[in-house]
Amino acid sequence: MAMLEVTGLGISFGGLRAVDDLSMKIEKGGLVGLIGPNGAGKTTAFNMLTGVYRPTDGGIRLDGENLVGKKPYEINRMGVARTFQNIRLFPKLSVLDNVKAGLNNQVTYSLAESMLHLGSYRRKEKEMDEKALDILKVFELDQDADTTLASNLPYGKQRKLEIARALATNPKLLLLDEPAAGMNPNETEELMATIRLVREKYGVTILLIEHDMKLVQGICEYLYVLNFGKLLAEGTPKEVLNNPVVVKAYLGE
Amino acid sequence: MTFLSYLISGISLGSVYAIIALGYTMVYGIAKMLNFAHGDIIMVGGYISFCTTSYLGLSPFISVIFAIIVCTALGVLTEKLAYKPLRSAPSLAVLITAIGVSYFLQNAALLIWGSSPKTFTSVVGSWSVKLFGEQLTISGTALVTVLACFVIMAALTLFTSKTKMGTAMRAVSEDKGAAQLMGINVNTTISVTFAIGSGLAAIAGVLLCSAYPTLMPTTGSMPGIKAFTAAVFGGIGSIPGAMLGGILLGIIEIFAKAYISTQLSDAVVFAVLIVVLIVKPDGLLGKHVNEKV
Repeated sequence: MAMLEVTGLGISFGGLRAVDDLSMKIEKGGLVGLIGPNGAGKTTAFNMLTGVYRPTDGGIRLDGENLVGKKPYEINRMGVARTFQNIRLFPKLSVLDNVKAGLNNQVTYSLAESMLHLGSYRRKEKEMDEKALDILKVFELDQDADTTLASNLPYGKQRKLEIARALATNPKLLLLDEPAAGMNPNETEELMATIRLVREKYGVTILLIEHDMKLVQGICEYLYVLNFGKLLAEGTPKEVLNNPVVVKAYLGE
Repeated sequence: MTFLSYLISGISLGSVYAIIALGYTMVYGIAKMLNFAHGDIIMVGGYISFCTTSYLGLSPFISVIFAIIVCTALGVLTEKLAYKPLRSAPSLAVLITAIGVSYFLQNAALLIWGSSPKTFTSVVGSWSVKLFGEQLTISGTALVTVLACFVIMAALTLFTSKTKMGTAMRAVSEDKGAAQLMGINVNTTISVTFAIGSGLAAIAGVLLCSAYPTLMPTTGSMPGIKAFTAAVFGGIGSIPGAMLGGILLGIIEIFAKAYISTQLSDAVVFAVLIVVLIVKPDGLLGKHVNEKV
């Protein structure tokens, strides 16, 4: 059974059919790309996968469990985490606290424990700090993590921090929405290495939206192409990018 | 010496404002709404404490615990019933609802406890400390109030900066949507905020009534508005700001009463607010953020 199974997914906003009859199957450990021209419905698809939008048709299953109708935080706890096309870090929180916010669903202690500093509160807070720093180390963001505000990081590092924060929620499936947007070729190269590393180290399955074809060809094993909300093609990057229908959708006649 | 004693009563009154303002500022910071019913929670706290000591004959300390429990429950309940359904409504709708809740609480109190003022006995007792060969008297109530204010502020600062719930609160305050997608239950976080704010309101209510012992259904509304002023004065959304704003406001009010005119004191308080907001539109400790274009 595939890890993520999307069947006949569709959503309408009034008269606009933003995504129609989208079906995808992603195996555990896969690194899959979702591509398509602007306005094709890629981010809308992500928003349905994460519970921001409720699809009007179709089903989403993660390891056999239904995700449709669940709240975003519930879906996150079931193992789906994401980053955003336009960075949405918590700008006035420190780098460390951003990751700790992501760890929130992992550590449990009651309100009373934290207020009275009872029991395992201190140990668990320390554990959280260590866990957060471990993740930040992987992304080379651990320096001054406690004192640097997220908004003061340079752009490329903010992108990395978003991935770190998403990983902190301990996902099975990581959704990256245009991770290379606004990056120069060197930064993109570095990002590709980071994505590969993340997959190996954390064993997550990755689905990413991207316009940068160099990145897509470089790391994706399988591609889905959306156009006007509909699935246009799917296959290995080589197949898809040489498919005349896809070329036409991107470049016109 | 009279100056000193005015200053002390100013700080003590200001501490009550500060505790109320902390509730305002936390709810504003996290739920992005002005809970105008906050002042009336104070009044309920006062009545609960009054009833448990006068009718049930419980000790003042237990009565405070009771007041905290009832107000916390009341705060969480009003949030669930009145504000949660409006989570995605325009902020004006939420504001009007809050004013409605405020009137509802005042009138419910009128119905239950009647309109005649009750005389509240200080939960702290009537002891006092005399200094400088009995020239300066500081009431126990004033001491306990100031102490409570500082303890609460320290605890809240630690709570928001050092705990996982605190981190979640700050995350929700920055970006509700992103927080939710990182596995944070926004509704729980907002409930906890209301619980803390209302619990603090209960403490403020008991302390306020201990210092000014007339208890009426409208007891909470003026201190509520002044505490709101204090929160804006100090920079709404900021915990130290609420504290500083509250204490300064209390001092200004008492000095205005003592040296200018009792009737004009409130006018002076609000005039100072206007001046501060003209000079520093984000309040004393508010951070002005330049919008990136």
